[in-house]
Amino acid sequence: MTEALAKLGRFGIDSVRHLGRASILLLRILTSMGEVLRRPRLLVEQLFSVGVLTVLIIAVSGMFVGMVLSLQGYYILSQFAAEATLGVMVAASLVRELGPVVTALLFAGRAGSALTAEIGLMKATEQLSGLEMMAVNPVRRVLTPRFLAGFISMPLLAALFSALGIVGGWFVGVGLLGVDDGAWWGQMQARIDWNEDLVNGVIKSLVFGFVCVWIAIFQGYNSVPTSAGVSGATTRTVVHSSLAVLALDFALTALMFD
Amino acid sequence: MKLAKQTEVLVGVFMAIGLLALFFLAMKVSNLGTINTGDSYRILARFDNIGSLKAKAPVTMAGVEIGRVVEIGFDKERFQAIVGMDVYANYDQIPEDTYAKILTAGLLGEQYIGLDPGGSDEVLKDGGEIEITQSALVLEEVIGQFIFSKAQEGDK
Repeated sequence: MTEALAKLGRFGIDSVRHLGRASILLLRILTSMGEVLRRPRLLVEQLFSVGVLTVLIIAVSGMFVGMVLSLQGYYILSQFAAEATLGVMVAASLVRELGPVVTALLFAGRAGSALTAEIGLMKATEQLSGLEMMAVNPVRRVLTPRFLAGFISMPLLAALFSALGIVGGWFVGVGLLGVDDGAWWGQMQARIDWNEDLVNGVIKSLVFGFVCVWIAIFQGYNSVPTSAGVSGATTRTVVHSSLAVLALDFALTALMFD
Repeated sequence: MKLAKQTEVLVGVFMAIGLLALFFLAMKVSNLGTINTGDSYRILARFDNIGSLKAKAPVTMAGVEIGRVVEIGFDKERFQAIVGMDVYANYDQIPEDTYAKILTAGLLGEQYIGLDPGGSDEVLKDGGEIEITQSALVLEEVIGQFIFSKAQEGDK
């Protein structure tokens, strides 16, 4: 009985300690933002490895998600002779939900895991300590540029995902299934609101980007400096990011779209 | 150094593609491209029943959108709905005795306001009110009337 209680207590203390360390790390990253802006070279390098290298997977998945949505939506909507609203359905689901969420999930898998592994390995091979020995602040030099790069990349990747999804959906809906081209774009423009749908989608992807890189960097920085430790941290990054994204998505949707 | 240059170019391309995608979403997918941000003036209309008319619904004349519904209120003395709509400033020749009715796009579509111009020389000004209105068609009432008239036919 006491053993079980102690276990629960230990779990609670550990969770709070982790949260506290993550918050302190976040604070240190945020306060050294100015340094990065003065040396944009570091940021560009990270934008390349976090953003550019993720474009391909985002573009291909966005295209296919849009195509599947269109195909599936047509199947249901054609039963009610409402194929004209297919464009609205595809665009609304992509811009509001699927764009930010699937991008964040893919981002966690492609870029987040890479970030954690890189930082964890830097720690395991004592590169971070080495930097510190040379009086270089590793948070400032290594973590902050990566954080900022992820935060900037996410909304751009999500927009790319949605845009290509809509193009893919258009290809299937208008090109293959014979939905009217004018109805596709016209209804879409009439029903998708700039403020309500688009800006909220971008806000979502900003939040997801923030959370995903935060988790990835913290897991890397906090990993046990062994091969098993780094591999565990990488796994945790993907699992925690995915869960956080899905849970936050529910909360944000409930808050933003009534 | 060559490699670094290439990285910079690729990052630039990435940022450009991302922003282009956002621009595409804004202009081609959302209503930002079609939204009329110019000046407008407010006119009011009272309806006995607005059905499911919502704010932001289009206001049309001859099928062309000339404004948007901005607010819907309730007149507690006359028990009527007050609909405030913004009509774009370049359509400032709407006669005073214009007829406003609430229409439905398609059988089950959204409701919007259609205006039929009257013949008066006076035009509606900012804050002006449309006097002649027709309520929204409520399906239950129409069916009720239909059944009622059928029943009366049967009595004869």
